[in-house]
Amino acid sequence: MSAFDQELDASGLNCPLPILRAKKTLASLSSGQVLHIIATDPGSVKDFDAFAKQTGNELIESREEGGKFHFLIKKA
Amino acid sequence: MEEKKLAIIATKGSLDWAYPPFILASTAAALGYQVQVFFTFYGLQLLKKKLSLEVTPLGNPGMPMPMGMDKWFPVLGMALPGMQAMMTAMMKDKMKKKGVASVEELRELCQEAEVKLIACQMTVDLFDMDTSAFIEGIEYGGAATFFEFAGESDICLYI
Repeated sequence: MSAFDQELDASGLNCPLPILRAKKTLASLSSGQVLHIIATDPGSVKDFDAFAKQTGNELIESREEGGKFHFLIKKA
Repeated sequence: MEEKKLAIIATKGSLDWAYPPFILASTAAALGYQVQVFFTFYGLQLLKKKLSLEVTPLGNPGMPMPMGMDKWFPVLGMALPGMQAMMTAMMKDKMKKKGVASVEELRELCQEAEVKLIACQMTVDLFDMDTSAFIEGIEYGGAATFFEFAGESDICLYI
């Protein structure tokens, strides 16, 4: 797993909370910094992909590990 | 990039129907949309400070019932006193267990994200609603107010 600047654990939260929390946390980062998000909502895989496409933030990594979903998003 | 716009009309005042407008509005705001929600008729219940939203199994054949309850209590059984309160309690419990946000939480997130919430003035007058019972930070307006924004929107939903 690549380096990241901040971590957000959205485990146990359901749609749309992981996206809303991620958006909020990203707002506190500076451009170029990376946010690591952990989620358990299976819908978050497609949602974070769509979130990145629509907001211009880059989804660097999206993978499943041990029943949890991990995302790395680089702030635009 | 020009901000996209989402306009929603929220017309329903039950627990289940409270979710679509607030979920879509908060998510759209997170995606960078400018959002306005116009609350009319029963939708005004969603703006009360103290929400007392319920869900009813009556006349709702699509509602998934736990423990085969629909077989034990067919249609008329759903009209039994206490049934609505029980279904509401069960639904809230299930949502909590599954990590689904409460309506209050989603509404707060909408307000934080500067989603504009507009209460239909005509409905307020019609039902003699007490505006002090509504949350702070909302606006009051009519159909023309809605169209001012909706006419320029990219997405317009009636819920």
